[in-house]
Amino acid sequence: MPTPGIRPPSSPRCEGTGQKGRTMATVSEQPITAPRPAQLSRKVTGIIILVAAILVVALFVFLLVGGPADDAVPTTLGFSLNSFFVWIGALNPLIQIPIVVVLFAAVVGVILLLIEYAPRPGRAYFWMRLAACFLIPVLAFMVLRPYQNSVVYVVGIALLAGAILFFADYRAREGAGYVFQLIVFMAPAAILLLIGLIYPAISTFVKSFFDKTGTQFVWFDNYVWTFTNPYGFWSVINTLIWALLAPTIATAIGLVYAAFVDRARGEKFLKLWVFMPVAISFVGAGIIWKFVYDYRQGQQIGLLNAIITWFGGEPVGWLDAQPLINTFCLLAVFIWSQTGFAMVILSAAIKAVPADQHEAAQLDGASAMQRFFNVTIPGIRSSLIVVLTTITIAALKVYDIVAVMTGGRSNSSVLGFEMVNQQQRFQSYGHSSALAVVLFLFVLPLIIYNVVQMRKQKEIR
Amino acid sequence: MATVHLDTPADTQATQVVSGRAGRKAERDARKKLTSRGATLAAAIIAVIWTIPTFGLFVTSFRPGADSNTTGWWTVFVDPNFTLSNYFDALTAGGTALTLGESFINSLAIAIPATLIPIAIAALAAYAFAWIPFKGRSPLFVAVFALQIVPIQMALVPLLSLFSRGLTIAGVGIFPGFTLRDVEHSFATVWIAHAIFAMPLAIFLLHNFISEIPGELIEAARVDGAGHGQIFFRMIIPLAMPAIASFAIFQFLWVWNDLLVATIFAPSSSLPLTQTLNSLSGTWGDRWYLQSAGTFISIIVPLIVFFALQRFFVRGLLAGATKG
Repeated sequence: MPTPGIRPPSSPRCEGTGQKGRTMATVSEQPITAPRPAQLSRKVTGIIILVAAILVVALFVFLLVGGPADDAVPTTLGFSLNSFFVWIGALNPLIQIPIVVVLFAAVVGVILLLIEYAPRPGRAYFWMRLAACFLIPVLAFMVLRPYQNSVVYVVGIALLAGAILFFADYRAREGAGYVFQLIVFMAPAAILLLIGLIYPAISTFVKSFFDKTGTQFVWFDNYVWTFTNPYGFWSVINTLIWALLAPTIATAIGLVYAAFVDRARGEKFLKLWVFMPVAISFVGAGIIWKFVYDYRQGQQIGLLNAIITWFGGEPVGWLDAQPLINTFCLLAVFIWSQTGFAMVILSAAIKAVPADQHEAAQLDGASAMQRFFNVTIPGIRSSLIVVLTTITIAALKVYDIVAVMTGGRSNSSVLGFEMVNQQQRFQSYGHSSALAVVLFLFVLPLIIYNVVQMRKQKEIR
Repeated sequence: MATVHLDTPADTQATQVVSGRAGRKAERDARKKLTSRGATLAAAIIAVIWTIPTFGLFVTSFRPGADSNTTGWWTVFVDPNFTLSNYFDALTAGGTALTLGESFINSLAIAIPATLIPIAIAALAAYAFAWIPFKGRSPLFVAVFALQIVPIQMALVPLLSLFSRGLTIAGVGIFPGFTLRDVEHSFATVWIAHAIFAMPLAIFLLHNFISEIPGELIEAARVDGAGHGQIFFRMIIPLAMPAIASFAIFQFLWVWNDLLVATIFAPSSSLPLTQTLNSLSGTWGDRWYLQSAGTFISIIVPLIVFFALQRFFVRGLLAGATKG
């Protein structure tokens, strides 16, 4: 790669100009220190961008006002994302892998070339930025094959967006090219997050207030259904049981095991076996345990029922046993697979507790038990919290175990499963969305807690 | 996760210097003094209990169907009788649309691109978050992290309808969806879905690592005239390789073991191993010799990854705690 002698105008953080830019932004409100023309031009830039943004919205509104066209046909440039997917889908799966990887690498390569060259000063690079700003959005929209009636508006929006981008970049405080490279870096991830998480989350939230087919507004009916209908009611109850018991039991066993293994011989070897279930899929784990719970007349081949009959008991159909017994059986599978995770993290944390604290406690005459509760546990507090919240979130979202082992029958359903079940089996989008929102509300406090922790840590650093 | 970080390059170097051979020996001596028989025994008992379920199914996968359906797997110790035919049967026996062998290949075709694509995209964004200052950078970063708040279940239905029916606002069609129904092996929607769901965590983790790379290195490169493109490709990627590898392993296993995303997005001819196994275990019902062999076919890849790349795997797991 050529390394030009001139430094690019963009100013990265290490040179400190970014910092300067930020102080200018705060200072610019005080006209004494900021040079007037600069302030004025900032204002002009802002106004022009605002006007262009309003134009984009106007175009969008025009597009919608145009009304639906029933016989609209998709327009293409001769190639589109769809035609690529159709073409590659016809190939052998094993051939698809290298093709996709190479093509994707090529796209990333183009992105990196743009980032490398476009921000440089000079006439040629100016034209390069200009072309990129206008071509890429138009191309991106055209490969999605807009319908004929909307194609004019879509292209218009793309051009305007490109113009805004170019202008904002050209007038950027840090120099032309700075905003451009930033947006090229961020755009792929931002687009994925917007279409794949933000839009769907909002859409699900809205749908939860509509009926089955999503046409009639029904207020809170779906939520009422969630808490009164047996499917919904049991999945809420079971989810709460999962979220409360799974993390505590898995963490407790993992902690005890980590403490044992810390003083055991062949530590690595012993850890391996408890850790192995973590690598096994929930589908695999579900089948492994279905075999343990197997129930039949006569000779038992499931371990659990065999043990019970050895002791002279009656075999039990574990996965259909109610109330809640089957839920506990499913829970055991989850705990079995998560304990290894808890153990590995807690074991690392236990080893990080300073040895002299233990020695001091020992000199003071503390027993092994007392040392464990008064020295080890306080020392690994933050790791304990990480493990607990992580397993809780995983338990709230569980789907696979229920799907494989019971398919939600005999009141063993959970929110994460019932939501998919309502949508796939009953085509009931309203109910399904309401269940998803309830699940979201359960997860919410945990993530908020994590964010708060993260911010605190940043402050310490 | 909030308090877990991947090792930074500086960290690894430091520990390598500190823990020389002498230090390690002293550590081993101290460890020996601390080991106790009781603890070893207790740990061994738990380890055995933890392994028995897997072991039972493993044994069953080598027993003839007639045996495994009438007697418990523990009877092999008195009456050993093994066969490999279960595995051949399971690979070629198909219940629904696919045999296990075909869906094994599908799983590969899903998992490899679905690992590489999100990592590259996330690394770009993570670099921008770490080394290109802009207004509102840190709130935006927190927002991306907080997107893990959206359970996958919440995003499934709208995303699926976006893929299949396209974008229609207020009755006005803007974009049509993909027409992949008649395509033989279409994985496109699954790749995209997995890439999306991996994004918040991948950005968060890679950012943690990339932002710890010493600023002097990047400054030096800039003084030499390198732009962000070169710095990213020639410095950041090689330096961040440990973090990228750990996350790649984690993401690969996550995709390989996933059932939910595949159930929703994969067309019936492109279903991965987990989904085929799940539907077969229903139709196979009591044929445990097939179910057990099928299960081990599906978990062989994770187990290989697990035993071969344990160190990376643990690191990826420590870091990837909140996925999903």
